[in-house]
Amino acid sequence: MTDASATTGETVENTKSMAMIVSKGSLDWAYPPFILATTAAAMGQKVTMFFTFYGLTLLKKKLDLGVSTLGNPAMSMPMMGMHMVMPNLMGMIPGVDGMASGMMKGLIKKKGIASIEELRDAAIESDVSMIACQMTMDLFEYKRDDLIDGPELGGAATFIEAANKSDISLFI
Amino acid sequence: MADQVLDAKGLNCPLPILKAKKALNNVPTGGTLEVLATDPGAVKDFEAFCRQTGNELLESSQDGKVFIFLIKHTA
Repeated sequence: MTDASATTGETVENTKSMAMIVSKGSLDWAYPPFILATTAAAMGQKVTMFFTFYGLTLLKKKLDLGVSTLGNPAMSMPMMGMHMVMPNLMGMIPGVDGMASGMMKGLIKKKGIASIEELRDAAIESDVSMIACQMTMDLFEYKRDDLIDGPELGGAATFIEAANKSDISLFI
Repeated sequence: MADQVLDAKGLNCPLPILKAKKALNNVPTGGTLEVLATDPGAVKDFEAFCRQTGNELLESSQDGKVFIFLIKHTA
């Protein structure tokens, strides 16, 4: 039994807010921004997410996310009660990243972890403000139609304005 | 007996919190929501959630592998 007295009493209007830059688009890097955004929104905070560079791919209508062993020196996967390390170099072998992605997705399902699609839907549903970086759209030749409905297009100044008003500001 | 019960067993962070928030929207102010979860991280998370949202955590207990939270919708 936990002492719940700290949470008793007055109604607290949570007016705090959070702004974050989402710059990475792999499966593993997609989790932190969406988990934090949905949780902050559930706790009554106003949340702004700015999707730039590879992070912009997280706004595509159809997500096809994967992980790479390359640049992830600490990656290890649970396997038969042990942990299999996935050395950087393995990423150069064809098929390894696909295998690692498959393993990760299998684990995610098995452990009752939300999919990125699920978290993204939850973020939209809870009125998280999403901004797609216009410059990245031009750079990688995305059309507005490639992205889900909802996000607005904007640039650095749009994010700075949101960040200026925020209690938490993150770069992920 | 709680006004509503949310079974969040088998779900991992942040799903128990997200589903609880959604369920609380359907509980009238002053009513209670019972959440069942198996995620050990939910214990600290529901304390923080309630402190931040102003809802009242009436009870936090454990029955075997299941954690039980009783939340009063006050906010």
